[in-house]
Amino acid sequence: MKKYLKNTWDALWTIFIGMKVTWKHLFIPSVTIQYPDEHRPIPDRARNRLYVNIDDCIGCMQCQRACPVDCIDIKTVKALPTDELGLTSKGTKKALWVTQFNIDFAKCMYCQLCVFPCPTECITMTKVFEFSEYEREKLLYNFSNLTLSEVKEKEENYAKFMEKKAAEKAAAAKAKAAAEAKAKQESEKKDNDNKPSSEEKDS
Amino acid sequence: MYDLLTNLLGNQIVAYVIAASLPLIFVLTFVLFAVLAERKVSAHMQDRLGPMRVGWHGIIQTLADMLKLLQKEDIVPEGADRPLFNLAPLLTFLGTYAAFAAIPFAGIYVGSSTAIGIYYITAVSGLVVAGLLLAGWASDNKYSLYGAMRTAAQIVSYEIPTAIAILTMVMVSGTLSLMKISDMQTAHFWNWWILGGPETGIVKFLLIPFMIITFLIYYISSLAEVNRTPFDLPEAESELVSGYHTEYSGMKFAFFFLAEYANMFAVSAIAVTLFLGGFHSPIGYLGHSLGIDWLIPVEQFFWFAFKGTALVFVQMWLRWTLPRVRVDQLMVICWKYLIPYAVVNLIIVGIITLL
Repeated sequence: MKKYLKNTWDALWTIFIGMKVTWKHLFIPSVTIQYPDEHRPIPDRARNRLYVNIDDCIGCMQCQRACPVDCIDIKTVKALPTDELGLTSKGTKKALWVTQFNIDFAKCMYCQLCVFPCPTECITMTKVFEFSEYEREKLLYNFSNLTLSEVKEKEENYAKFMEKKAAEKAAAAKAKAAAEAKAKQESEKKDNDNKPSSEEKDS
Repeated sequence: MYDLLTNLLGNQIVAYVIAASLPLIFVLTFVLFAVLAERKVSAHMQDRLGPMRVGWHGIIQTLADMLKLLQKEDIVPEGADRPLFNLAPLLTFLGTYAAFAAIPFAGIYVGSSTAIGIYYITAVSGLVVAGLLLAGWASDNKYSLYGAMRTAAQIVSYEIPTAIAILTMVMVSGTLSLMKISDMQTAHFWNWWILGGPETGIVKFLLIPFMIITFLIYYISSLAEVNRTPFDLPEAESELVSGYHTEYSGMKFAFFFLAEYANMFAVSAIAVTLFLGGFHSPIGYLGHSLGIDWLIPVEQFFWFAFKGTALVFVQMWLRWTLPRVRVDQLMVICWKYLIPYAVVNLIIVGIITLL
């Protein structure tokens, strides 16, 4: 009988204790956050989407070589001596037009290995991690700031420049060859002038 | 109320229809807010936020859910007993809604001012069991059937302590009419039955502890009757994949949901009427002191809804506090604890009232 009454009392009492606990929790600020509206702070060294500051890129392709999954695809065109490319923020002189700087984030594994070799620190990790797409093609990011026509122009310019150079070189070579030939001819002539005398001597 | 409406509209049938649909409006609004409140209370008790997207702090979430349920496909399982399957949700809601007929919402509004109000409610609530059993049986699903059998066992068992607790109150107050019981507890909160009622002198103070015990017995067994945690074995998501309404979808499921929440308010309303002064204000009426007659029913309705909602909140509070009991524990609580206590309590209260 005593146990019976104690059971009853314990049941009621423990229910009240439990209710006290839940009542307290009713006023505790929630520990969850409204995710798309609020974000938890991202750690400083978190590895997320890459960003390329194309103004600083010198097109050295070291990141492309460092990438273990080959997700970076860079194409460059040499600049003409007359082109003004400006300097990077570190003061390095740029010598190449970066006509294509593609990073395929469908392939990227966020290892950060491309970030370290960059001499101008132009490829960096950002804090953006929400960039899912419905189509895989949309994950191919092009960081180059040259338009297609500009790329074409640069390529043509370079090709023309090379042609011109080749032509100049050819001309120079021709001139040189001509000069050499002329020199040879002259020396031969000299020889010829000398020879008869010897021949004459001989004869 | 009927006389007023009949005079106003000049047609008795229209007056009856309007009077009968007034609780429905209340129940629908109540359910809209109760479902949201349940989710919010559960969330905040678990340090979450709950629905936050639809409207300010998710205020119209239930409305969106209702629209979704309305659009859903109405699926009837292949092996189901079609007529019974379709009948079950209606019967469940009918049983719940019929109970509202005898609940006095305010001094001027009670669906039926029958002299046997509380008896009628106890009887008509039994229809809910039939509805749930029908749902479980017609679904042709063993989990549903299990849930339904458990519901039947549970509700029939817990009818006994409920009935004895109600009997205690009927004995003390000497009437079965809920309107009369409400009017006994008028004026101030020390006239509530839980605080000894309108009795005077030593009897009042002797009654208080036993009235509190009666209230607790009624409240606990009413929890079991509406299938709320810790007695939610019939639904038991983790073991029975939500029991008797597993196979229901769309509007029929919504009906079960509606019935469940309406039932929560119904049992709370009975507890309020029997123990907590019914629709009467605990601190006197503003309408009386200002001399505005039409304000009094509004105040009465407010107090009734307020007290009922407070008890519903306690139900939710308990739900998110306690784990579910086992089937054997369920039966032990009923037969070995609640019923003996209720019977002893009934005898003691009887002796006190004889003093």
